[in-house]
Amino acid sequence: MDTFIQQLINGLTLGAVYAIVALGYTMVYGIIQLINFAHGEVVMIGAMVAFTVINALAGSGLPPLAVVLIGTGCAIPVCVLVGYAMERLAYRPLRRAPRLAPLITAIGVSIILQNLAMLVWSRNILAFPQIIDIKLYNIAGATITNVQIVIILTCILIMVALAALVYRTRLGTAMRATAQNPQVAGLMGIDINRVIAATFAIGAGLAAVAGVMVGTYYGIAQYTMGSILGLKAFTAAVLGGIGNVPGAMLGGVVLGIVEALGAGYIGTYTDLCKISGISDWLTQRCANDGHFVLFGSNYQDVFAFAVLIMVLVFRPSGLLGERVGDRA
Amino acid sequence: MSARAKPPPVVFWSAMVLIVAVLIVLPFALTQIGTTWVRVTNLALLYVMLALGLNIVVGFAGLLDLGYIAFYGIGAYTYALLASPHFGLHLPFWVILPIGAAMASLFGVLLGAPTLKLRGDYLAIVTLGFGEIIRIFLNNLARPINITNGPQGIIGIDPFRIDGFSFASYQKIFGLEFSGPTKYYYLIVALVAVIIALNLRLQNSRIGRAWEAIREDETAARAMGINTTNLKLLAYAMGASFGGLAGGVFAAIQEFISPESFVLVESIMVVSMVVLGGMGNVWGVVLGAVLLSFVPDILRFTVQPVQQWMFGRMLIEPEVIRMLLFGLALVLVMLFRPAGLLPSAVRKRELAERAE
Amino acid sequence: MSDLLVASGVGKRFGGVQALSNVSFAIRRGEIYGLIGPNGAGKTTLFNVLTGIYEPDEGEFSFDGEPLAELKPHQVAERGIARTFQNIRLFANLSALENVMIGRHVRTRAGVFGALLRDPHTRSEEREIEQRALELLDYVGIRARANDPAGSLPYGDQRRLEIARAMATDPKLLALDEPAAGMNPSERLALGELIGRIRDGGLTVLLIEHDMRLVMKVCDRMLVLDYGERIAEGLPAEVQRDPKVVEAYLGTPAAT
Ligand SMILES: Nc1ncnc2c1ncn2[C@@H]1O[C@H](COP(=O)(O)OP(=O)(O)OP(=O)(O)O)[C@@H](O)[C@H]1O
Ligand SMILES: [Mg+2]
Repeated sequence: MDTFIQQLINGLTLGAVYAIVALGYTMVYGIIQLINFAHGEVVMIGAMVAFTVINALAGSGLPPLAVVLIGTGCAIPVCVLVGYAMERLAYRPLRRAPRLAPLITAIGVSIILQNLAMLVWSRNILAFPQIIDIKLYNIAGATITNVQIVIILTCILIMVALAALVYRTRLGTAMRATAQNPQVAGLMGIDINRVIAATFAIGAGLAAVAGVMVGTYYGIAQYTMGSILGLKAFTAAVLGGIGNVPGAMLGGVVLGIVEALGAGYIGTYTDLCKISGISDWLTQRCANDGHFVLFGSNYQDVFAFAVLIMVLVFRPSGLLGERVGDRA
Repeated sequence: MSARAKPPPVVFWSAMVLIVAVLIVLPFALTQIGTTWVRVTNLALLYVMLALGLNIVVGFAGLLDLGYIAFYGIGAYTYALLASPHFGLHLPFWVILPIGAAMASLFGVLLGAPTLKLRGDYLAIVTLGFGEIIRIFLNNLARPINITNGPQGIIGIDPFRIDGFSFASYQKIFGLEFSGPTKYYYLIVALVAVIIALNLRLQNSRIGRAWEAIREDETAARAMGINTTNLKLLAYAMGASFGGLAGGVFAAIQEFISPESFVLVESIMVVSMVVLGGMGNVWGVVLGAVLLSFVPDILRFTVQPVQQWMFGRMLIEPEVIRMLLFGLALVLVMLFRPAGLLPSAVRKRELAERAE
Repeated sequence: MSDLLVASGVGKRFGGVQALSNVSFAIRRGEIYGLIGPNGAGKTTLFNVLTGIYEPDEGEFSFDGEPLAELKPHQVAERGIARTFQNIRLFANLSALENVMIGRHVRTRAGVFGALLRDPHTRSEEREIEQRALELLDYVGIRARANDPAGSLPYGDQRRLEIARAMATDPKLLALDEPAAGMNPSERLALGELIGRIRDGGLTVLLIEHDMRLVMKVCDRMLVLDYGERIAEGLPAEVQRDPKVVEAYLGTPAAT
């Protein structure tokens, strides 16, 4: 099996999911410069709701795809509601407050959502019912599953739809105008509050879809799944250039691939037994164990953070972002 | 400082005497209810230390750090590795504690350096990332060479000892009964008192003013000749060193540590304490830390019986209620009292301005 | 008498905008040097490259006989250039006194250990800082507001406070960016008098100002920028008559 191609496929799938979540971060940031820290929890809620519905319908004899679609169809309105409520109750009152205030509120919202989810769905790791028959396909010495194919295709579809929404509709124009300059947009007759609420709602809807994807892909869901996922998606948004919609998509895919390749190869490249003659003691150990791996794949999560830090330090505007000068 | 009104000396000193008296008697009173409560108090005081350390970074210099608990972890692991059977090292605590604090501040500088140019909210996320990285390393540095012993953590950590005197054991001194936790209590109270004094002095100094200037307007601070790079690093280092110190004490009183004690939620808890109490106000931060760190135990002793009595079983775990309260506290404080319970003079003004 | 500040061929671009091009001038010690020009002429940008907030794309400054190249803003302040900001950048939540005390930072030494130990030397330094800050508040005429938060002061007083804060750094050159903006005529008059007093006290002043009457009255010499280029320099009376200046201010009659 070709590890490289395999990790590329896995990374692409993961990256597609990151991209969808990253869109939620980037759109909100683009408009009100808020890092919606609780966005990851919305993804989690989406996964949980879908889990409940799919579980309930699993034995109903409906075709599996229909069950998943119904699950998604239920998750979306719930998440949209959560997203809307969050904006209305926790962020809107703070729109003119110092920048750190809404961020702290967002942390609070995130804790609340997590623990409410825990009350509803328990602490346990929930196994997504395996209603879809996994089919494997071989390409270039690696395998891709039907679930992966569906995830990737859905993501492409969503991206196209979103691009159409942002660049082709009135709402999209209003969003871009508000992002450029809220005061002017307001003077031009755009209802800024509605635009912001709509942005949150769209982001939350996307998060719901992403939640279902993650749930079906990994086959599990847990009330804690949102934080790390959210952080990675945020990284993807920053990587692409925060506030930039195509950037979020690119950032997601790049991060997914970096992570998958990193996890796939770090063990191989940090195996000191591959380099001979470092010390006698090491040679001895290598003779016994065969490996002396400094960093194994359990360091996978470090990659995302490392990427985040590197981007912020070396190119804070991201891959596609423009440089914004700080006026004195 | 001339800018701040002081109460008349008589009032001030009588209040001080009263507080000191209460603090001296407290462990004995608590022992009457149960030694556990002394332990709980000790942990609460460690949170006070943490919150005061974080306050330097967040409250004084205005740098929101969401990975602060990592420094607590570094201090704790430094102590554990140098005073436990794990490596067979048993250095005395008064040697290790400063090493732990120094290690923590070294990491504070190393992690702070790349973040210096970042804007507040980005900084928060990056520090969160650093916090997680440290935790992942603690969790995984058991292979190929066993440094941290991984998720199992390190057991059998030495308590504080000077010659024959151990802080961990029961002892009768002058006819008074001192339990292990009680002895630690006095040590920690003394440490906290020193840290409070240091915080207050820092705040009203040339360095403290420079931090405040950075918090208020970094560009203007630079133009006034303040080397913001050095001063931010200094804030990270000072803040981290208090975290490292608290971590060392934590390792010694628990005699066991594992990566689980240094998770993101803990960082957020310390941030909550600072925010709830009042960023930048030393007394507010102390209040916030005391309030929030007692919440879990108070809940444990109230929620449980109440639920038993009402429903015949436990429906909602106290832990969940605690976290919900934290979350709610953060949201409500920001919405209705953004300067915290005891706002510093500065933040109070900010609040008044916003009401316009 | 030698020159305090010499700019030679300074240029700065922002994307497509040439904010400054090939600007050269020299400021003599002890004079008030005016810097005028229409909106967007590049005056503030010149301050920003001078004080290290931006790096110039071309050219260089030499201050007090030494080049300023590649210095960070705090190093520029240390070398003796202090500035105010067009859009007032006080530490709004700190008291007026604390604002000025922060200005003393660069001329004082106490570090962490001083702060923690409060040794006699640190304490006497603290007293000196406060003393000097109060004097400066007095000097600019807002001593009575010492304990008020800077952000709560009336506009004119905030401008004065910025001047006091800048002077607290013991500068050789004081650079003021539109200090009279938003002031009423009597405040302007008083401000002109204050700037004159500052010069008479031995400081060199670089003054950006739109109020022509004020500029003509207080400046010893002046430089006119338009679209980032130097279009005139000299005594106020000469500059005022310069046809290029008149044109820049009154607009060109349908130039091609
Ligand atoms: N940080 C920046 N990024 C992009 N363009 C800038 C920046 N700073 C200044 N400019 C541009 O440079 C030009 C000169 O601006 P500057 O602020 O120096 O003018 P000014 O002479 O101070 O004008 P005013 O009298 O209005 O204060 C303007 O076209 C301005 O838009
Ligand atoms: Mg200007």
